[in-house]
Amino acid sequence: MINNEGIIIYRDVHKWYGDFHALRGITFTMQKGEVVVICGPSGSGKSTCIRTINRLEEHQRGEIIVDGMELTNDLRNIEAIRREVGMVFQQFNLFPHLTVLQNVSLAPFWVLKMKKSKAEEVALKLLERVGIPEQVQKYPAQLSGGQQQRVAIARALAMSPKIMLFDEPTSALDPEMIKEVLDVMKNLARSGMTMIVVTHEMGFAREVADRIVFFDYGQLVEQNTPEEFFHNPKHDRTKLFLSQILDY
Amino acid sequence: MDENQLAGYADKNQLPPPSERIPVIRWLKQNLFSSWFNAILTVVSTALIMTIVFGLLRWAMGARWEVIPANLKLLLVGTYPVEHLWRVWATVYLIAFLLGFSSGAHGGLMRRVSTVVALVSVVLAILPFPWGTRGWLFGTAIAAAVGFGLGYLGKGIRWCKRLEIVSWVLSFPISLIFLNGVGGILPVIKGRTTWGFMLNLIGAVVGIGLSFPVGVLLALGRRSKLPAIRLVCTAYIEIIRGVPLISLLFMASIMLQLLLPASVRPDLLIRAMMTITAFSAAYMAENVRGGLQAIPQGQYEAAYAVGLNRALTTILIILPQALRIVIPAIVGQFIALFMDTTLFGFIAILELLNITRSIMGNLEWRGTIFELYMFIGVVFWILCYSMSYVSRRIEKTLGVGER
Repeated sequence: MINNEGIIIYRDVHKWYGDFHALRGITFTMQKGEVVVICGPSGSGKSTCIRTINRLEEHQRGEIIVDGMELTNDLRNIEAIRREVGMVFQQFNLFPHLTVLQNVSLAPFWVLKMKKSKAEEVALKLLERVGIPEQVQKYPAQLSGGQQQRVAIARALAMSPKIMLFDEPTSALDPEMIKEVLDVMKNLARSGMTMIVVTHEMGFAREVADRIVFFDYGQLVEQNTPEEFFHNPKHDRTKLFLSQILDY
Repeated sequence: MDENQLAGYADKNQLPPPSERIPVIRWLKQNLFSSWFNAILTVVSTALIMTIVFGLLRWAMGARWEVIPANLKLLLVGTYPVEHLWRVWATVYLIAFLLGFSSGAHGGLMRRVSTVVALVSVVLAILPFPWGTRGWLFGTAIAAAVGFGLGYLGKGIRWCKRLEIVSWVLSFPISLIFLNGVGGILPVIKGRTTWGFMLNLIGAVVGIGLSFPVGVLLALGRRSKLPAIRLVCTAYIEIIRGVPLISLLFMASIMLQLLLPASVRPDLLIRAMMTITAFSAAYMAENVRGGLQAIPQGQYEAAYAVGLNRALTTILIILPQALRIVIPAIVGQFIALFMDTTLFGFIAILELLNITRSIMGNLEWRGTIFELYMFIGVVFWILCYSMSYVSRRIEKTLGVGER
């Protein structure tokens, strides 16, 4: 069983956009229940990397194994993996024509074939968990950015995923709203969810991550525990990065 | 700071907006007589408008409007035999009843539409039509009212809702069978040579009902990842859009006549409707494609990420948003299609314009061209404006949570 080696396995993964070599041989393993923070300068391939996990981006070489299933062009495989992997986006990407409740209960109803009442029950519970129980009949545009992002988290959780991906979840938020989203994520991490978070929130990384991974130029430069990463970085590039962002 | 202090802070220094009311004299001075040149322009254009309006009024007073009531039956239902007119009324009642039923069950837009239909028929019934017609018109309002009552009672009941949808879907074929007749039971009254304005209406309903789904499929096909489908759809759209409708209609009427033996050739009216559907679908496809292109990539990604497959993503997430965006363009296309049904007249189908021409040819009504065309204009305007009104309401209803 390949399963025993980890819930996510990357072996020498490459990706090109035209001539641009976006991922240059990523090898990386992640265990169940682990919280990994990916950081690095923009354009370093960190978003691309997590988007290959649920096939929003296609990798062209190497192999990716998610929960024992290898990602290939087989549509059934891709759909099976997408059912197990939840994702939260920088721009929230809520469905603007549906209410908050419909946004969250949509996938359980259509994909998991739950009864409508059951799907709504699940949705309401999750919305309560992320702190939005009173606004379920509103439309996304009527909510603040922080509330929208929390709805997006509930929407991803509604599929009871084994893995959650966060692609810069707080980058589009007003400073006052970042905390409410990070709090929800922190609670999620404490509950034992396997999480990969691309973020610039170093405070969050320090407090919540089991491991921090540093990307640059499509390569995995360094990975370490938060303690080691912040106080004892090995690579010069990491040192430079940390000095740039931590000096303020 | 405690809560109260914060609340007080939010209300502090709040001022009402400045008044925007301007006295009439000042408004005139600012907008119409701000300089010598503008003053002259104002006077000249006022004089011009007055001349046109008075000319129109003078003509309207002296016009022979009696041509309209005298030929009203001919204009609206063509040469449909008088002893079978009850069949036309029966279909009107069916639609009025369904409108009433839906309005009772849902309210909102449906209620407005059915109220207008009922009111208009009551108002018309007060006008000096023959007593038989007035009776039928009152009946329309009563059918709508009965429908409303039943719909109101059945509100929220599941089988009522199903019954409603099924009735709406079936209403059109039933109406057609009623109007056309069935061999043996109801005498057949051939549409092409008899139905008058009903032909424009039915042509438009068929064209709209069919060209919309076909157009959506073509638009999706043109964006397909499969090259064969993409190519076929693109070719279809571009070829149809490059040819005038009238030449397509002539092809359908004359060329098919030459190419196909009579036994497998559908009736000219059916061919005409197929042509207008095929024509309109190509334009519809481009409108819908515009909407599809406006949907951000993030919507697809979010839908895929929660596990929806391509088909569900398209149906549940993309199309509802894309179609909402292009409602104005789609309704514009519907309106154009409705007007295009008057082109049926050129291929020997007795629709409104063709009937009008035959009335003008009648010696008794010589010189009533303007009156008749004015009537046609008003009839089309009322229906087209209603369509655009309904579309605006729908837009508003669907726009509740737009970003």
